[in-house]
Amino acid sequence: MRERPPAAELDAVDRRIVDALQGGFPVCERPYAAAAESLGIAEEELLARLQSLLDRKVLTRFGPMFQIERMGGAFVLAALAVPEADWARVNDAVNAFPEVAHNYRRESDLNTPFNMWFVLATETREGIAEAVRKIEAATGLVVHPFPKLKEYFVEMKLAVRGEALS
Amino acid sequence: MSDDLDRRLIVATQAGLPLVPRPYHALAEQLGVTAGEVMARMNAMLERGTIRRIGAVPNHYAIGYTANGMSVWDVPDERIDELGARIGALDFVTHAYHRPRALPDWPYNLFAMVHGGSREEVLTKVGLIRELLGADCRASDVLFSTKILKKTGLRIAG
Repeated sequence: MRERPPAAELDAVDRRIVDALQGGFPVCERPYAAAAESLGIAEEELLARLQSLLDRKVLTRFGPMFQIERMGGAFVLAALAVPEADWARVNDAVNAFPEVAHNYRRESDLNTPFNMWFVLATETREGIAEAVRKIEAATGLVVHPFPKLKEYFVEMKLAVRGEALS
Repeated sequence: MSDDLDRRLIVATQAGLPLVPRPYHALAEQLGVTAGEVMARMNAMLERGTIRRIGAVPNHYAIGYTANGMSVWDVPDERIDELGARIGALDFVTHAYHRPRALPDWPYNLFAMVHGGSREEVLTKVGLIRELLGADCRASDVLFSTKILKKTGLRIAG
């Protein structure tokens, strides 16, 4: 099963916004005006384009990205082996939990049984075990948590690919 | 542990910053504090790393990264930090982690996320990781995401 939205149609200004504003948005009285100036556009144009990028789901969010570990919380990757016949029920049950921040269907060349991969985000470290327990109760399946033991440094930004629409 | 105003700021902004000319003033009004206080807290959370960054979170698919492969590797535990650092430094790797194995089903302890415009491109890049690991790679797999089932990000209760 492959189901994907097509790449969005972005003009040159949209692309500059997505590429330039993945971080470093200022904390000041008129931050959109400051960011717009560095992009060479007006504040109201930036606000309208950000709203449009969100509406078109080019951006999933615009705002602060929190590292909940720094406030005593936790992010943990976890996997389920979901039987195909039970996919819809398990998908609904898992996604209903607010602790599930992201969830992806994955398939591998080696046919790993782990086909549902989600990230749990909880306000306390203890919340992870509680969320795992609740998801196991709701799905009847064993949740396999893969907590990070170490994160290796990476450059986080992804530039928009391909040609801009003129 | 953050105090109550930090927590209320997180709840108020976790879905996004207000799209108005003075977003920090709008938050201040909503939370019953001054804009100066909101901005001071935002700056303090940025300094502490509670806020990783402020900005746009793109949908990878929508900006042309239509293939995303989670490459997973079984490498010797005593070598993993050196290998992980080298893989994290590759420009096409967007996340790299040491994670526990789940034996017997899951022998892999090193996870490296690779984004590309096609499965072939991702597999070519995964091949470069395999070359870099050489004999330290004892087993590997690549899991392609075939569907985003949910992508809301952090949601703590308000």
